[in-house]
Amino acid sequence: MKLKEFIVSEAIVPQLKAADRNEAIRELVASLAVAGALPESAVDEVVAALIKREQNGSTGFGKGVAVPHVKHANVKKMAGTVGRSVEGLDFAALDHQPVYSIVLLLSPENQPQQHLQAMNIIFSNLQKDMFRRFLKQADTREAIVELLDEADQGKQ
Amino acid sequence: MPTASKEIVVSNKLGLHARPAMQFVDLANQFKSDITVNKLGEEPAEADGKSVMQMIILAATEGTKMRIDATGDDAGEAVTKLAELFDSKFGEDE
Repeated sequence: MKLKEFIVSEAIVPQLKAADRNEAIRELVASLAVAGALPESAVDEVVAALIKREQNGSTGFGKGVAVPHVKHANVKKMAGTVGRSVEGLDFAALDHQPVYSIVLLLSPENQPQQHLQAMNIIFSNLQKDMFRRFLKQADTREAIVELLDEADQGKQ
Repeated sequence: MPTASKEIVVSNKLGLHARPAMQFVDLANQFKSDITVNKLGEEPAEADGKSVMQMIILAATEGTKMRIDATGDDAGEAVTKLAELFDSKFGEDE
């Protein structure tokens, strides 16, 4: 699986306005809805589910990245997006450090294998120091899309 | 240094997604032993059992065969407890 198979380019937010975790999650889900990847009517429920998921255990796994994700009945097709915070956000991360890069993933309820494959490719890239560094610095949508393309081609 | 090893099969329907991976790592961190987890089969892969990211990268689906290896003074207990976690389906219903 490749990142571009589920990351919706038009929904990428290179400069999040959000000042905290919940706002950032809302901003990214709203962006997916605007891009047509999720019905507008499902935004509130999906945001609530993502926040509940974070409260049960942070997806800030360390090193400045977080991967909020949820399987939800109102998600018909897997969709993800990327958000970048210049100031850094408190995600109650495992290493207690601020989060600068967010990869958010929405999956349908009935496709656990596809979900695991998407998480696999997300984390395979987030494990790489160069990828994380470039993602933190990529300040336009185009730069982030290019980074994801290069990652898909194995250039990082 | 004592070592221990046990093969298990992922039995929960959702597979080794983020929450079970974190549960595993939390438990693994309670032991002094080094823990590695190997995904067996057609696409073998190895993860540090104390790294959430590496565990998620295994993308182990329901039915995947895995081997837990531990090296250290508490290796035997570590492997037993960690295997029990898989057997319990990580507290999931199915």
